[in-house]
Amino acid sequence: MSEAVSALNNAYAKGAITVQEVGPQGMITLRGDLSDAAFGAAVAQVTGASVPGQRKITHAGANAVAWMSPDELLILLPYAEVGAAVSSLNAALAGTHFLAVNVSDARALFRVTGKPGPVREVIAKLAPADLSPDAFALGDIRRTRLAQVAAAFWLTQEGEANLVCFRSVARYAFDLLATSAAAGPVGFFRQG
Amino acid sequence: MLTLQCPYCGVMAEETELHAGGEAHLKRFGPGSSDEDFETYMFMRENPKGVHFERWRHVNGCGKWFHAARCTATLEVFGTYSAQVSEPPQQIKDAITAKRPGWSWRNFA
Ligand SMILES: [Zn+2]
Repeated sequence: MSEAVSALNNAYAKGAITVQEVGPQGMITLRGDLSDAAFGAAVAQVTGASVPGQRKITHAGANAVAWMSPDELLILLPYAEVGAAVSSLNAALAGTHFLAVNVSDARALFRVTGKPGPVREVIAKLAPADLSPDAFALGDIRRTRLAQVAAAFWLTQEGEANLVCFRSVARYAFDLLATSAAAGPVGFFRQG
Repeated sequence: MLTLQCPYCGVMAEETELHAGGEAHLKRFGPGSSDEDFETYMFMRENPKGVHFERWRHVNGCGKWFHAARCTATLEVFGTYSAQVSEPPQQIKDAITAKRPGWSWRNFA
């Protein structure tokens, strides 16, 4: 079997705020009835995490489940476990109206790390979204655009943001984030 | 700058996160319809100065289509609502009436 390589082979931009392309990261797009108990049980079975509420992300160890739309979740889990997880979902949800697809190789994942306020600013400079601590907290996920491309991001902790986009625009997204980070903080978010 | 709240994900989305989908509540006339009905469906659009109903898609977001009621003259937004309806819900009509008494738009008032 060929060796899986992430879009930018873990490109890294060093500075007061670092930007790194991480991965390969396992990702599954799961669509269905999020309010259905059997659906929730299937999600819990493969991730250990519960179905998140609107615009929320739930975690269980290295796994996470992100709310993408009223009928869509993004499941994050180790790359090597995706095949088995999709099989489990297909078995658990057979007979219901659902879709489970391995999108690991169709996405790119980035991590922005630094001081809490400046990390928020790196994204705030690129997206038409409110990144203030009052509007965007731990456990929230926001789908929006990053300059010209669609992206979604969440905080894994204060001072560390994860961001996903389509693999085809990985270089563009990385360059945006690295440029935004290199430009330095503007002090907009009074968070240290 | 127009800001619409997506009724599906709750985000206050500014215009660049959205895609405009044209006039709302069109009744489709397809194969088998009269030339007149098809022409009206295909080409005739409202172009009001004031209350208007539109389709929008939260394209850089949850991806869902929804409806919006707004004023084309002031950009005031009266409300957004589900895509799965063929006319504005009563609460949207009430919100418009509160601000624009006597309004009408196609068959709605
Ligand atoms: Zn939305």
